[in-house]
Amino acid sequence: MSDPSTASIVSTPRAEQPSQIGAPADAGLPENARKEKPRGLLGDAWQDLRRKPLFWISATFIVIFLVMAAFPSLFTNGDPVNGALSRSRVEPGADGWFGYDVQGRDVYARVIYGARASIVVAVLSVAGTLLIGGTMGIIAGYRGGWVDGLLSRIADVFFGLPFVLGAIVILTTFNGSGTDNSTPEIMGLVILSLTVLSWPVVMRLMRSSVLATKEADYIVAARALGAGTGRIILKHLLPNCLAPLLVYGTIMVGSFIGAEATLSFLGVGLKTPVVSWGIMISEAQQYIRVSPFLLFFPAAFLVTAVLSFVMLGEAVREALDPKLR
Amino acid sequence: MGRYLLRRLLQLIPVFIGTTFLIYWLVWSVPGDPFAGKCGERACPDAYVNMMTEKFKLNENIFVQYGNYMQNLFQGDFGTTFGGRPIGDIIATSYPNTLKLAVVALAIEALIGLTAGVLTGLRRNGFLDNLVLVSTLFLIALPVFVIGFVLQWVLGVQWGIVKPTVSNEMRISELIVPGFVLGSASMAYIARVSRTSIAENRRADYVRTAIAKGLPMRRVVGVHLLRNSLIPVVTLLGTDLGALMGGAIVTEGIFGINGIGRQVFRAIVTKESATVVSIVVVLVLVYLLMNLLVDLLYAALDPRIRYE
Amino acid sequence: MSDILVSEQSAAGASGRPAGRLLEVDDLRVEFRTRDGVAKVINGVTYHVDAGETLAVLGESGSGKSVTAQTIMGILDTPPGFVTGGQVRFHGKDMLTMSAEERRRIRGEGIAMIFQDALSALNPVFTVGFQIAEQFRVRRGLGRAEAKKRAIEMLDQVKIPNAKGRFNNYPHQFSGGMRQRAMIAMSLALDPEVLIADEPTTALDVTVQAQIMDLLAELQRERQMGLILITHDLGVVADVADRIAVMYAGRIVEEANVYDLYAKPAHPYTLGLLNSIPRLDEKGQQLRTIKGLPPNLMNIPPGCPFNPRCPMAQPVCREKIPPLLQVGAGRASACHFAEELVNRD
Repeated sequence: MSDPSTASIVSTPRAEQPSQIGAPADAGLPENARKEKPRGLLGDAWQDLRRKPLFWISATFIVIFLVMAAFPSLFTNGDPVNGALSRSRVEPGADGWFGYDVQGRDVYARVIYGARASIVVAVLSVAGTLLIGGTMGIIAGYRGGWVDGLLSRIADVFFGLPFVLGAIVILTTFNGSGTDNSTPEIMGLVILSLTVLSWPVVMRLMRSSVLATKEADYIVAARALGAGTGRIILKHLLPNCLAPLLVYGTIMVGSFIGAEATLSFLGVGLKTPVVSWGIMISEAQQYIRVSPFLLFFPAAFLVTAVLSFVMLGEAVREALDPKLR
Repeated sequence: MGRYLLRRLLQLIPVFIGTTFLIYWLVWSVPGDPFAGKCGERACPDAYVNMMTEKFKLNENIFVQYGNYMQNLFQGDFGTTFGGRPIGDIIATSYPNTLKLAVVALAIEALIGLTAGVLTGLRRNGFLDNLVLVSTLFLIALPVFVIGFVLQWVLGVQWGIVKPTVSNEMRISELIVPGFVLGSASMAYIARVSRTSIAENRRADYVRTAIAKGLPMRRVVGVHLLRNSLIPVVTLLGTDLGALMGGAIVTEGIFGINGIGRQVFRAIVTKESATVVSIVVVLVLVYLLMNLLVDLLYAALDPRIRYE
Repeated sequence: MSDILVSEQSAAGASGRPAGRLLEVDDLRVEFRTRDGVAKVINGVTYHVDAGETLAVLGESGSGKSVTAQTIMGILDTPPGFVTGGQVRFHGKDMLTMSAEERRRIRGEGIAMIFQDALSALNPVFTVGFQIAEQFRVRRGLGRAEAKKRAIEMLDQVKIPNAKGRFNNYPHQFSGGMRQRAMIAMSLALDPEVLIADEPTTALDVTVQAQIMDLLAELQRERQMGLILITHDLGVVADVADRIAVMYAGRIVEEANVYDLYAKPAHPYTLGLLNSIPRLDEKGQQLRTIKGLPPNLMNIPPGCPFNPRCPMAQPVCREKIPPLLQVGAGRASACHFAEELVNRD
């Protein structure tokens, strides 16, 4: 009989048995059973997504809205800006599917054309937010030390401003009642204020993501092999942090569409003659008792668009997060 | 703990100065003439211009102006409107209303959000789970003004269950609908965070241990599982109280509540710069202090966290 | 050899219980239903433990030893785990068909369990003292002060120095060995008749391992508990176990008292395990190992599950599952060639 006192079961050497390395001590499920179909995280996520009707529905709506924003004339040949006062507040019917507003403008044409302003503002704001927040986050996370401290405090300053309040102050300062900015200028200002007030969130996300991956063995190995800072960030850090960033960006497009509408509703955002859902809702609220359809259609489009982006982001996030399965 | 508190307070100072300076600069300095359009249609009377210039040192550079303003502020002097009304009075009358609304909103979101989150976290993928998931999506996706309008219209105008606007007495029963509207998005986040947290902790080893000890299921869930899962939720709620007060502009506008958000919006529209700055300063201060409080609360709830 | 078995059986008979055993697992079957398919994790496990006896359950990761223990305790994760057959009898009564309330009362008082990783098994946000005293308060209805006194006594019994002072410490403030002692104190608080120890020393340093095993053995003797010791470590088993059950792919492949098993294993898997222990007197020789991998539990090979790795495999091994049969007195093996193994020199 051999002396068992120092031994444990090591049935085969590691080299012959790669699937055992790093396996949990006793995870209930046999690990070799799980390894049957090797799929990456992304492959797994895609398998998960494909089976979700919510993903397909929201993706379809987003495509429709994007086409609507790019080519509104595909959907309507009505005039969104000029109307005939004779048709003021005509109810929906065969002639005008969604009816006519106070100034006799075709509501259907207006909600279609309204998609452009809402989506352009939201997408550009998200792009700006991701760019600024992402860059700041990478720098803060990667450099650490006083750079991190300084950037984090700057982010805190903007984070400390309540969102709606901050946007109102910025917009009334630059876009108050006395000013007469052109349409692109107003859009630019709205985009600016959304970006300025939102980037700290993205920065924090990115920073913690960089901090988490920075010390990973493969990054240390890359640095030991002599890879430069730029290369490490571009080739190693960015791809790893990109997934949560893009998911957040998708959800943010949705909430920015809502934010733009809120600002227009408060009268500090986009203004006529620009057509946007927020402006339409703002104009409709006075007539809510007599002509509720004026509120209903732009609100329905707004809600559908916001929901589509938020749902898509949620679906992707859930698919990417193994813990939520 | 004491040293951590001190460090956090020191960190808070530059953030407070930065935020308030930013607001001060935007409101007073950027438009050029600080009195343009400040006194309604006509130009401001010279007496008023001289008085304000004197009081706020408007001839000096922006930093001196800001320093002077802060000095006055910390002596309790918020300045006056151009009509001569002390801004401190405005804040004193409207702030309690906003606080009341925010507390009602917080209570509603905690109650509904937590209940939904705990129930769905314990029993995932059922009918209730899907219902809650879809409704939280809606609450997150809908802009507050849409939810506010719809509820005001349906409950207040169509069905007549509640009064469409809130009276000056600010009765709790009147605040339930506005509170729900204000807290709607946070409610959804709380439901989701607590659901995820419960679902993650439900399979934790220590929950197994608690079951293996022969504790009743009520105690396993109510003591062992909840205590751990609620740590992130409590912090979310704390941060939210600060954010709710700053975010009440739209809700207060829709329901006609005479709160701080309505005052600040009115001040912005009428270009009452001094009022805008003062109110924003108060809101930022409250928000920052709430965040600090949440950090300390976190340490109290999770013994593994030790601040040095 | 035979008189050991006789004395063991008479000891069981002398314990004064009318019918049968303290705890019996009888033909237990458990499967895990995952989205990749159904894994048959437990395929007819039968073992028992009596008062004052230590049964070691030995097996690799995924052999089903821990899942069996979880099923006994009623803490199997459902889904994905489902019991598809068999019984778990405590004092002759099947626990799987009991009401939830009846079963709960057995936990802690009848059967208690200690886990591998005490750090995650103890609740991080409550003090160790609270978690022990909790049982006295909830299960025994004691007041706060009395429960605290009893909890400190328990900490004393597991030889935690300054038990009174450690009462208010959180789990993360304990060292690994102390944590496992606290875990043991907690599991023994209600004086259970059976204790299941699921790899109690795996997460600890070697020197601490021995202390914990000694403590467990001592407490077991004092309290005359039935102890089920789950382990993959043959070294742990030899000193404390009375009987050993070897598990492979969700089955018991061999059961014997500890001397017989080490002297003459009756299953090629056990033989392989014993041979794979590095020996100090064979320095310089290559480590002998068992070739191949444990079977995929979603697709267990027909016949004997060990046949693809077995050096003795014959055609019959690929066709017929060998049942667990008596080979000699008081021992059993699930191998078609068990007799030959036992009778060789």
